[in-house]
Amino acid sequence: MNRLLRILVWTLIAFLGAAAFATIALRRSEPISALWIVTAAVCTYSIAYRFYSRFVAMRVLLLDPNRATPAERLDNGRDFVPTNKWVVFGHHFAAIAGPGPLVGPVLAAQFGYLPGVLWILVGSVFGGCVQDFVVLLFSVRRDGKSLTEMAREEISPLGGTVAFIAVITIIIILLGAIGLIVVNALKGSPWGTFTIAATIPIALLMGFYLRRIRPGKVIEASLMGFILVMLSIWGGQWISLSPYASWFSFSGITLCFALIVYGFAASALPVWLLLAPRDYLSTFVKLGTISVLALGILISRPTLHMPALTQFIDGTGPVFAGSIFPFALITIACGAISGFHSLISSGTTPKLVQRETETRIIGYGAMIAESFVAIMAVIAACVLDPGVYFAVNSPAGIVGASAAAATHTISSWGFAVSPAQMSDLARAVGEQSLFNRTGGAPAFALGMAHIFSRTIGGTALLGIWYHFAIMFEALFILTTLDAGTRVGRFMLQDGLGRIWKPLGRTSWYPSILFTSAVIVSLWGYFLYAGVRDPLGGINSVWPLFGIANQLLAIVALCVSTTILIKSGKTRYMAVTLVPLFVLVSITFTAAYHKVLNPNPRIGFLAHAHQIAASTVAGASRLAFNDRLDALITATLVALVFLVVAESARVWFQVLSGRRQPSLHESPFIPSQLASEEM
Amino acid sequence: MLKPTLITMLETTRNTTALLVCILREIFDENSYARFLARAGRPSSTEAYADFVHQEAHLRERRPRCC
Repeated sequence: MNRLLRILVWTLIAFLGAAAFATIALRRSEPISALWIVTAAVCTYSIAYRFYSRFVAMRVLLLDPNRATPAERLDNGRDFVPTNKWVVFGHHFAAIAGPGPLVGPVLAAQFGYLPGVLWILVGSVFGGCVQDFVVLLFSVRRDGKSLTEMAREEISPLGGTVAFIAVITIIIILLGAIGLIVVNALKGSPWGTFTIAATIPIALLMGFYLRRIRPGKVIEASLMGFILVMLSIWGGQWISLSPYASWFSFSGITLCFALIVYGFAASALPVWLLLAPRDYLSTFVKLGTISVLALGILISRPTLHMPALTQFIDGTGPVFAGSIFPFALITIACGAISGFHSLISSGTTPKLVQRETETRIIGYGAMIAESFVAIMAVIAACVLDPGVYFAVNSPAGIVGASAAAATHTISSWGFAVSPAQMSDLARAVGEQSLFNRTGGAPAFALGMAHIFSRTIGGTALLGIWYHFAIMFEALFILTTLDAGTRVGRFMLQDGLGRIWKPLGRTSWYPSILFTSAVIVSLWGYFLYAGVRDPLGGINSVWPLFGIANQLLAIVALCVSTTILIKSGKTRYMAVTLVPLFVLVSITFTAAYHKVLNPNPRIGFLAHAHQIAASTVAGASRLAFNDRLDALITATLVALVFLVVAESARVWFQVLSGRRQPSLHESPFIPSQLASEEM
Repeated sequence: MLKPTLITMLETTRNTTALLVCILREIFDENSYARFLARAGRPSSTEAYADFVHQEAHLRERRPRCC
């Protein structure tokens, strides 16, 4: 393509994107097609990848195709393996894509579709993609070292310690938050509970098949598992209409304890028996469903019924309290920027990259794909009638416990909904009720079922699609829950092993049982507290997770900025410093509000004070939960503030010439692999 | 004129499918198992897979799952 044609094509893409943005931002009084959002997103990603990531790659990071990567130098056929870039891309995307980008944008849709879409696009191309890309490259240049090790070497030992504490805290809060989403999606739902319960024997069967019948044929076993899960969805419908429905209809508290027992069992059982087959099954379902959802949106071209902005931008939202800044940005979390990704970018991925130049498509590109998943979640939430969206997502404590009270409250906000409409919808999807199903998962499932049923089967298949979506969310949330418990258990064993050696032995069963119990108790506490919370739990737990996750991103961006400054790239340090500054503003403001805001719906301490003075059952325990949440938030912020201060000290010393910059990169060794053009 | 185009299309389809299968095999650890067998010089069997799972368990269990 000649230069003139290239300029013309990119100018057209820019104009198309601008027109799409103008439509989604300015058309306020009538519903718009979801395709405008898809167009704005695709144009933004294309331009960002083509121009901005190229600038970062060529000017800031100076990617060198002739420099041997650890995968080439340390190739051992196990963890260090030079691998095709598209294969690593798929591997990396499968690892970073979790429930966060689905749930966060659905909850944030209470502000309207515009804030979510803008933050997902801007936050990802300037923040999340840059973080993933830069951390991946810096890890590749340091033999695949982890973020914690890089923080320790490049900033100070304090940086490493804080990163470690942040990681383990985030894992615990994340597991509690996502467990709560599953509980809210399955309580009083025999169809959903049966389908999810059936995945446990299916996973055990897959484990047996892989181990005894066809060793190593994972794709085959996953396909078989997928077919069985589909059958269990059909079986769930039969169960829900049969006299056995009561066997699978549980309260939130019962489901909470069932999850705690499951998490403990999955952490303590041999990995091949339950964890690995579930992991494979979940990845299979996840990749397939995300692709089908993207196709469904393109084919059905649904209309968004949610306004661009709602009145709840002032902080009075029923789904969660707090104004658009910072809470929309905190809630969306992983769809825009996620500190957790830096663990993957400095974990398995850097050990597979065969050329430095490929970190651009893997780090920056895979985060674009993740961001697009978040855009699909916004669309799924906003295709619902706003009245239905708020009826599903608002806790009973806000809108009222009865159908009449809830619909009256929601209609008074200007979002018409009636008890008959909600009961018809519940009947169509095979649920007893859809009121107060907080957490984001049921609303996302409804939106997804709406999109799928417009493509295949019409309203006759709405129930099947809804439960397929619930199964899809719950399956990979539970996979994150069991694998996360195990990772947390290992981290705890590593730490305790330094105090008393036998506790660090991962094959010593008393240690396995003890550390599994500790980790499960910690996230189980957040889950239990969330289930008991009269305001819906997710209100407090999800922002806490968002804050913890973004604090880890602050640590990752501090490490990145420090390395840039130490390597003499001061003129380009804004590439990581600006997102760092934005994240510090967002996260520290959110933390301040969550701890000290006088509104009891926002501030933990104000809520504790209010509830302690009330006659609510278990008031003292609820108040204790709030105070503990406040303490955790304040401690995390203080620790991350120390890392920022420590990093700023290093930057000042290097920039003022008081300290000789010393990088901990591995030495340059020329690559033996054929060089590839950037 | 049509024939070379058809051949190119078939080749592209074949390459794309092969790449897709390779991505799936890597994500689902089938490539990892194949590398294990090649390293150990063993044929695939129940015992070989059990050894592979035992060896990989340490890595797999510590792999973080993202949000």
